[in-house]
Amino acid sequence: MIDTGTLWIVIVGLGLGSFGMRFLFLGLVGDREMPPWVLRHLRYTAVAVLPALIAPLVIWPRGTGGEFEPVRFVAALVTFAVGYWSKNVPAAMLTGAAVLGLGLGFLG
Amino acid sequence: MAGSDVMSSYRRGVKDGLPFLLVIVPFGMLFGVLATEAGLSVFEALSFSVVVIAGASQFAALQLLQDQAPVLIILASALAINLRMAMYSAAMTPYIGKLPFWKRAVAAYFLVDQVYACAALDYERHPAESAAQRFGYFLGVATPICPVWYLATILGALVGGAISTGYGLDFALPIAFLAMIGPMLRTPAHVVAALAAVTGSLVFAWLPFNLGLIVGGIIGMVAGAETERRLEARSAEGTRT
Repeated sequence: MIDTGTLWIVIVGLGLGSFGMRFLFLGLVGDREMPPWVLRHLRYTAVAVLPALIAPLVIWPRGTGGEFEPVRFVAALVTFAVGYWSKNVPAAMLTGAAVLGLGLGFLG
Repeated sequence: MAGSDVMSSYRRGVKDGLPFLLVIVPFGMLFGVLATEAGLSVFEALSFSVVVIAGASQFAALQLLQDQAPVLIILASALAINLRMAMYSAAMTPYIGKLPFWKRAVAAYFLVDQVYACAALDYERHPAESAAQRFGYFLGVATPICPVWYLATILGALVGGAISTGYGLDFALPIAFLAMIGPMLRTPAHVVAALAAVTGSLVFAWLPFNLGLIVGGIIGMVAGAETERRLEARSAEGTRT
């Protein structure tokens, strides 16, 4: 169960932090230049952090108590593949959900 | 008339923002569903979407909250996902940096992925527009996107309680993220960053407090930045010879 106090700290903290990043240049930095190496690392934050978050959940899913499970693994691969080649986020989500639902329905 | 110019820019923004409803509605609803599954009330789920207004980081924070990760790790991980918004902010500054302070603050709040993507494209196409017209366009794009994000969250949270749990719903979140990651990988450097991050997070999964995520993320960022630097150096050499 999620603790209510923790939840609100996260909501408010994440809200302030996210606004801070959106406001950083528009409000404070203005037209001043950023060091190129900083911008270069900023460009890779999302493509690094999101996969790092997901990879352990794919290999050791919460729903199975951390046991590797082939249906979830295949659904994950299919979702990623559809997203990568079609560039269509809803299509990838629906395909992945269908594979997961059907797979667990037949084998589960 | 300046006022009618601003209105026509606003209307163009609304038109450009509308197609994104196809993404925003299911995505917001999914957040609402998963938030109620995690034990959040409708009000708490809505607050999340209104205060944070950044889908990917909301999903990440929700997952880590369920994992009972320490608050600092949750905030660091979720904010790292939103670091790209500092880049959006930097990219918008030359176009709307001359606006009054409060308008820049409003723009900053609504600076979400889709609004940024539309504005970046539109400002380039209409270099002659005034900052006021650009602000009009900006709010135009945000008009269908942001309020619907809140509404979809409420709808999902209300429906969520009625959906029976089980059947791999634990995996809805990884599926949602994987669907988003695919289209993000547009260059070889993106692919290297993602692969390095995946490897790092798996190798360091044994670290306490979900630190494996932070370590994997940093490894991925450095790998991506370094790949980009080398590819640029190589192509610069190629043009010289």
